[in-house]
Amino acid sequence: MLKLGVPSKGRLQEDTISWFEKRGLILKRTGSEREYTGSISGVDGIELVLLSAGEIPQELAKGRIHLGVTGADLIYEKLPLHEKQIYIVEEMGFGFADLIIAVPNVWIDVNTLHDLDAVAAQFRSEHGFRLRIATKYHNLVRKGLRDFGVSDYQLVDSQGATEGTVANLTAEAIADITSSGATLKANHLKLLSDGVLLKSQASIFASRTADWSRLGSTMKGLCKKMNWKDLVL
Amino acid sequence: MQNERRAAIRSEAKRLEKYFIASGAMLLEADSLLSAETLLDLYGEDIRARAYVTNDPVIGERMMRPDFTVPIVERHMSEGAEPARYTYNGPVWRMQDAGSKRETEFIQVGFELFDRSNSADSDAEVFSLFNHILSKNLQISTGDIGLLQSAVTGLNTTSLRKAALMRHLWRPLRFQNLIEQFSKTRIENNEKIPLLKYLNKDIEKNIEKAGKFIGLRTEAEITSRILSLQKDAKNSPISVEEGDVINKILNLKTTASEALLVLKDFVKTIPNMQKAVSIFEARLGALEDRKVNVEKLPFEGSYGLTSMEYYDGFVFSFSDGDTIIASGGRYDALTAVLGSGKEIPAVGGVIRPDALIKGFN
Repeated sequence: MLKLGVPSKGRLQEDTISWFEKRGLILKRTGSEREYTGSISGVDGIELVLLSAGEIPQELAKGRIHLGVTGADLIYEKLPLHEKQIYIVEEMGFGFADLIIAVPNVWIDVNTLHDLDAVAAQFRSEHGFRLRIATKYHNLVRKGLRDFGVSDYQLVDSQGATEGTVANLTAEAIADITSSGATLKANHLKLLSDGVLLKSQASIFASRTADWSRLGSTMKGLCKKMNWKDLVL
Repeated sequence: MQNERRAAIRSEAKRLEKYFIASGAMLLEADSLLSAETLLDLYGEDIRARAYVTNDPVIGERMMRPDFTVPIVERHMSEGAEPARYTYNGPVWRMQDAGSKRETEFIQVGFELFDRSNSADSDAEVFSLFNHILSKNLQISTGDIGLLQSAVTGLNTTSLRKAALMRHLWRPLRFQNLIEQFSKTRIENNEKIPLLKYLNKDIEKNIEKAGKFIGLRTEAEITSRILSLQKDAKNSPISVEEGDVINKILNLKTTASEALLVLKDFVKTIPNMQKAVSIFEARLGALEDRKVNVEKLPFEGSYGLTSMEYYDGFVFSFSDGDTIIASGGRYDALTAVLGSGKEIPAVGGVIRPDALIKGFN
C-alpha cells in the first residue's frame, strides 16, 4: 500500500480533502468523528494515514509514509537534512504562512533587520542582557538572523500566544508564522520590511527513504489523476 | 579498530601534553559541562548551532565544552599567578552542519600563555612551539586581527559607525555591507529616512501615534537612538581612500615580510594603524629570533575573521589540505570579558591529535 499522510484535523485537513477531491481522489474519515481512521477512493492501493501536521515531516524522513501533506515551514524547521530525505511534489496553494520577525509598533526607529541589529546592541548595553526574540522556530530564526548578520539577541521559547510575549514583557520581539497579519496588529506589533525569513504553504512531499517497490501501478494511477509528470524519486 | 585508533590518538595526545609540560606548562583539568549562559553571552545565539546544550531542571542549561579557552581563562583569572603557561588534554564536543562528516567529539591538546611583559615574544613563543612539534609538510596560515581593528577604530567617522563595524568584524558579508552603507554620500542616505528630520516633539508625537506602548524598551531609548542617528547622519561618509585601505587589508595575501611593507604604506592613510603595525613588526622580529623564516611565512589580512569571535591579534593555523590540525591566536579582550574587571594579555592554541596521526599515515 502507498501511505499518504494527511493532517488529522482542522482547516488544513479540510483544505487538503477538497484539494484532492477536485482531482478525483476522495479522502474520507471513517468511524466516529473522533477516530483517526480514513479511506481513499479514486485510485487503488492508497492508504490514508491521519497524523498531526507537525509529525508528518519525521514520518516522511523515516520513510513510514510515502507521501505527506504539511507546511514547508515544518519541513525546514524539523528536517535539517530535508534535501536528502524528502522531495517536494507540488505546492497546494493554501495554508500560506510566512515566518516573520515583528517588533512593537512604537519602535518607530526600527523598520529593517539592520535596525533590529543596532537596537539589539543598544538594548544589551542598556538592560544588561541580550534582546529576547520569542519563537518556536528556533532553527529557522537562528539561521535567518545569522545569514543577515544580526547579533546580541537571544531566542526564548514560545509554543503559543507568541504575539502576546512583548506586552507581557517576556520578549522584545517575536518570530512567528503569520498568514494575515491581523494577530500582529491586534497585539501592537509590526512586520520588518525585510523580516520575512521564510515563505511557506501547504505542499505535498514525497519520502526518499520509503520503500517504493511494488508501488508502480499505484503511482502510475495517482500521477495520472494528479497530473504529476516525471515523478522521479 | 575503533579501540586501536582511540588508543593511538590518546598516546599522541599524551606525547603533545608532555611536550607542552616540558616547555614550561602546568597541566590543567577543566569541566566538561560549562555554563551555557557564559558561552551564550560570549558568542551569541549562534553557539547553539555549534555546541551541544544539555538541560538540568535545577541548574539550568549547560553546554558540552566546545573548547577549553573559556574554562582555562576563567580559572586563570580567578586563581592564576603571572606569568602562566598552561596545557590541557581532553575531549571537546562540536555540533556539525547537517550532513557533515566532521567529528562531533574529538580530543584537543592545547597550550595557553598569559604574560604581560612582551606580547610579540609571547606570540612567537607559542607559534614556534607549535611549528616545532608539527610535521614540516603542513600548510601554515597566519593573520592579525588587530590590524583590521586598528584600521576601523582609526577611520575618520563617527563612533556609532565604528562600533557597528567592530561588532561585525567577524561577519565578512555584513561588514562589507556596512562599509558600503557608511561610504554613501549624506544625501543618498538621508532622503530615504524621514525620522532623520524629526524634532524632539515629532519623535514624541510619532511614538504616540504608533499606538499602545508595549515592551521593555523605553521611549527614552527610542528617542536617544533617533537623536544619535540624526547626529550620525550629519557626518561625512567614510572616504574613498580609507575604504580602499580596509578592502586592501581584507584582500592582502602575501608573505609576512612583504605584508609589513604594504602595511607601512596603509599607515599613511590611517595613522591609527601605526601601533598595530609596530606590533606586527615586533612579532616578525621575535619570530626571526626563534628561527622562523618570515620571508616564507604566509600572511592573509582576512585570516581568522570567520572563526569564533574572540581572537583580537595574531592568529595562525596548520592544516593538511582541508583539515585544520592546529590553530590558535591572541585573545586579550576575552580575558577582560571573563575576568570581571581584571585582564591580562593571552595567546594560545590547540592541536587535534586525531588529525595529526591521520596526517602522518
